[in-house]
Amino acid sequence: MRLVTRNRHVKVYVPLDTSAVAAGADAVAAAFADAGAEVVRNGSHGMSWAEPLIEIDDGGRMAYANVAAADVPDLVAQRGGHPKCIGPTADVPYLARQTRAVFDRAGEDAPLALPKSTVLADCLEQAPEAMIDTIETSGLRGRGGAGFPAHIKWRTVFDTPGEQKYIVCNADEGDSGTFADRLLMEGDPYRLVEGMTIAGLATGATKGYVYLRSEYPIAARIFQAALANAYDAGLLGTDILGSGKAFDLELFIGAGAYICGEETSLLESLEGKRGEIRVKPPVPAIAGLFGQPTLVHNVISYACVPAIMTNGGDWYANLGVGRSTGTMAFQLAGNVRRGGLVEVPFGITINDLVYGYGEDTRSGRPVRTVQIGGPLGAYLKPEEFDTPLTYENMMALGAGIGHGGLVVYDDSVDLAAQARYAFEFCEVESCGKCTPCRLGAVRGKETMDAVIQARGEGRAAEDKLAMIDDLCEVMETASLCQMGGMTPIPVTSAIKRFPEDFRP
Amino acid sequence: MPESDHSRTALTRMIAARHLNRVGGVLQALREVVLEQGHIERADEHVVANVFNLSQAEIRGIVSFYHDLKTSPQPPVTVKVCQAEACQAVGGRAFTERVEAHLGVELGDANERVALEPVYCLGLCAQGPSMMVGQRPVARADQCDLSHEIGT
Repeated sequence: MRLVTRNRHVKVYVPLDTSAVAAGADAVAAAFADAGAEVVRNGSHGMSWAEPLIEIDDGGRMAYANVAAADVPDLVAQRGGHPKCIGPTADVPYLARQTRAVFDRAGEDAPLALPKSTVLADCLEQAPEAMIDTIETSGLRGRGGAGFPAHIKWRTVFDTPGEQKYIVCNADEGDSGTFADRLLMEGDPYRLVEGMTIAGLATGATKGYVYLRSEYPIAARIFQAALANAYDAGLLGTDILGSGKAFDLELFIGAGAYICGEETSLLESLEGKRGEIRVKPPVPAIAGLFGQPTLVHNVISYACVPAIMTNGGDWYANLGVGRSTGTMAFQLAGNVRRGGLVEVPFGITINDLVYGYGEDTRSGRPVRTVQIGGPLGAYLKPEEFDTPLTYENMMALGAGIGHGGLVVYDDSVDLAAQARYAFEFCEVESCGKCTPCRLGAVRGKETMDAVIQARGEGRAAEDKLAMIDDLCEVMETASLCQMGGMTPIPVTSAIKRFPEDFRP
Repeated sequence: MPESDHSRTALTRMIAARHLNRVGGVLQALREVVLEQGHIERADEHVVANVFNLSQAEIRGIVSFYHDLKTSPQPPVTVKVCQAEACQAVGGRAFTERVEAHLGVELGDANERVALEPVYCLGLCAQGPSMMVGQRPVARADQCDLSHEIGT
C-alpha cells in the first residue's frame, strides 16, 4: 500500500514536539515514510490528549488522534473512514473554539520553516516610544505568574540609562501542570525570536538571552536551530533586515533548579553563579543582568508581542475582561480526559475548561479539586469553578492564575498529602538564602507528617494545625521571594477548603 | 598521575576554555563537563577554577547548587520519574513504586546499571504519569512495558 494520489506524494504531518515524541511519534513518522508519504514534522497543535495527532493532507488536512505505527497501513487504506479520524483539523471543536493570538502558527508547519511575517519589518520603522505605547494600550500583563503590567517594565528599561541593556526570557518552565512555553518553543520558535527582538528595539537593548530549563532537551534543540536560521535570514544580528539595527540572541540552558524560574535567581544563574535570589529592590528593569537595565518576561509574554504589534493594542485590549486583557494560554493537566493547551480570552470559567474542553476526569471519577497556577497555587473547590478566570477574580479567591496551568484531581486525592508535598517541594527547591523558606519548608513537612499520623490514629492534631498556620504566616510575610512566600498558598487553601482531609 | 587523569583534566580544561568569555560561561562549562565526562571530580573543579580565575570555594558553591551537576560517577542509564502534581493526579506515586520494584532501586538511588531520580515536571502534564529515560521522554508511562522502555 503506497500513499500516493495521482502520482504525487501525499503530505503527512507528524509532530516532533515532546508531547508527540513521548507518545511514540517517531515510529509513526517512520511508518508513514515507509508507506511513501511525504512526512512533515510539524509542531504540536496542543491537543496533548490526541498525541500523536497526525494529519493527512490530500487537498485539506484531516486529523487522526492517538495514532500508533501499527495503525498506519489501515489509515492509509481507510483514510476518513478510519475510527481514529477526528475530521478536518480546523473543525476539531477543541481547536475551533479557541482564540489563538500566540499559538496561531503552532502546529501549522515545520517549526524551523521561516514564517512569512512582516511584523519585525514593521517594527523596525517605528519609534521605541510608539511601540511601548502600543504595549500599554494592549494592557498586556506578565504571563509568567505575577501578572505585572508589561509596559511599566518596558518603559523603565527604556528610561534607565545603561551601557548595555538586556532582554531576558524566562523559559525555566518548572511549574507542574504547565507546558505552554515548551509548546511554543518547539512549535513556533520564531514567535519568541520576534517578540524578544521587538522588545529589544523598543527598550534599546541589543542583547538577549533565553534561559531554558535542562528538562526540555527537544525544545533546546529546536530553538538552537531556529536561532541559527534567524541569523542566516537576517532576523538577528548587527543589521536586522538591512535596517542597521542590532539584536543578538543566545540560548542558555539551566542545570536543574526550580528556583531559577524566579527572575533574580535566574539572573544570578545566567551570570554563572549559584541561583540564589537577590533582594529587591532594585528591580531587574533598573539593575538586572550584570547590574544593567534588563527586561525579564516569560516565553508567552514575549510571544504575545508580535500579535499585538500586528493587530494593534486596542484589538488586544478588547479581548478578555476588565484589566485582564488579551488571551491566556491555559494548560489543562492532571486527571482530565482531554488535557492540552487552550488559548482563549480571559473570562472563561474553570467549569468550561475542565468540563467543556477537558470532558471531565480521565479516571471517570468526580472532580474534587483543581490546583491552579502551579505548585505555589491554590486548591479550589468545584463550587468555585464558575468563576470567570481573571487576575482579579483569582486574587479575590486567594488564588492566582500563575502561568495558566490547571491540574485536575478526582475524589481519590488526599489534600493532606498534597499539602505535605507543597512543603516537600519547597524543601527540595529552596535556594536556601532566607530562613523562613529554608527551614519553614522542613518544619512544615515534619508537622504535616504529624497531622497525617494523628489522623491515621483517629486523632485530630489541632495543635499541629495551629502551628502550621503560624508557620505559613511567617513564610508568607518574611520570605525573600515567592518560593517561600507562596508555598503557604497550596497548604492553607487545602486546609481551609478541605478541613475533613486533615482530621480523622 | 595516571594517563587517564591527564586526559580527563585536559578535556575539562578545553571545555572550560571554550566557555571562558561567554555569559554565564562557568555554569555552562560545568554542565558540559557532566555531559562529556559523566560527572564532576575535584580535579575538574580545580581546573575550572583555574581557567575562570575563581576560587575553588566558588566553584564548589555552584556545583553543589544545581541538581544536574553530579559529583559521583553515574550508571549508564538514568531514569527520571516525574513526582510533581499533574503526575500525582494520575497515579504518579503508584507508578513510581512500580518502577522502583521493577529496577530494584529506590527513588534517589542507583545501582551499577541504572539511576532512578525524581524530576519535578517534564512538561507532559496532560499525559502523565511521565518519565525520561536518558534523553527520551515517555508519556502515559503507566501503560508502557517497563522491560521494553527501560530494560531490567
